[in-house]
Amino acid sequence: MRVLYFAWVRQKVGVAEEEVAPPAEVRDVAALVRWLAERSPGHAAAFADPRQLRAAVNQDFATPDHPIAANDEVAFFPPVTGG
Amino acid sequence: MAKVLVQEAPFDAGAETAALSAGRADVGGIASFLGICRGDDGLAAMVLEHYPGMTERAIARIAAEAEQRWPLTGCTVIHRVGRILPGEPIVLVLTASAHRAAALESCAFLIDWLKTRAPFWKREEFAAGTHRWVEARAEDDAAAARWAAPDA
Repeated sequence: MRVLYFAWVRQKVGVAEEEVAPPAEVRDVAALVRWLAERSPGHAAAFADPRQLRAAVNQDFATPDHPIAANDEVAFFPPVTGG
Repeated sequence: MAKVLVQEAPFDAGAETAALSAGRADVGGIASFLGICRGDDGLAAMVLEHYPGMTERAIARIAAEAEQRWPLTGCTVIHRVGRILPGEPIVLVLTASAHRAAALESCAFLIDWLKTRAPFWKREEFAAGTHRWVEARAEDDAAAARWAAPDA
C-alpha cells in the first residue's frame, strides 16, 4: 500500500510517501490512521488529532469508514486551502 | 469539456479569455475570477503545494458539475502551484455562456467548490523568516455549501 502525506502532515511524518503493509485487520481509513500512528514519534504527532486530518483513497476524498486494500494509494492531509 | 491546468508558470488571463470566444458566435458573455496573492501581515511569499493527479481530477470533476448545471460554451480553470509573490495571480476561473447569468453563477460556483474540494495547501512565508500553513476557513465551507450538491 502506498501512503502519501501532504502539507504539515508530511512535515510531521518526515517523508512525502512510503510503502506500508498493514495487517489484514486494518480494513478502513480509521484503522490505518491508528496503525500508522504507531510507526514513529513523527507519525504519532501527525495523527494525534484525526479530526484535523482529511484522507483520500485512490485520489478520491474518503471518510474514516472507507475500506482500504493492499494495492490502494491512500493520502493524508489537512483540510484544503487552495483557490 | 473544460480546460484544466495546474502549473508553476504564470498565465495570460487576457489570452485565455479571448480563446473562449475565438472563432465562434454563440458566446454572449464570459465571467472571470482572478485570485491574487495578498501581502497581508508582512507576507513575503505564498507556497502552494498540491496532490499531483488528484488535483487535476478533482478540478475536472468540479468543472463537469458546472457544465451539468449551467449551459456553458466553455470553461477554463488554471491554478498555480509553487512559490507565488504578493501581487501575483494564483488562480483563474473563466466561464463562457450565451447569457450572463449562467456565466456569472457558474464562475462563483467553481471558485467556491475549488476552495473546499481541490487538494491544494497554502504555506505563508514571512519576511522575518517564519512560516505557517494557512488554515481552512469556515466561511469557505459556508460559501461552498450554498451550492449544495445533489450527492452531498
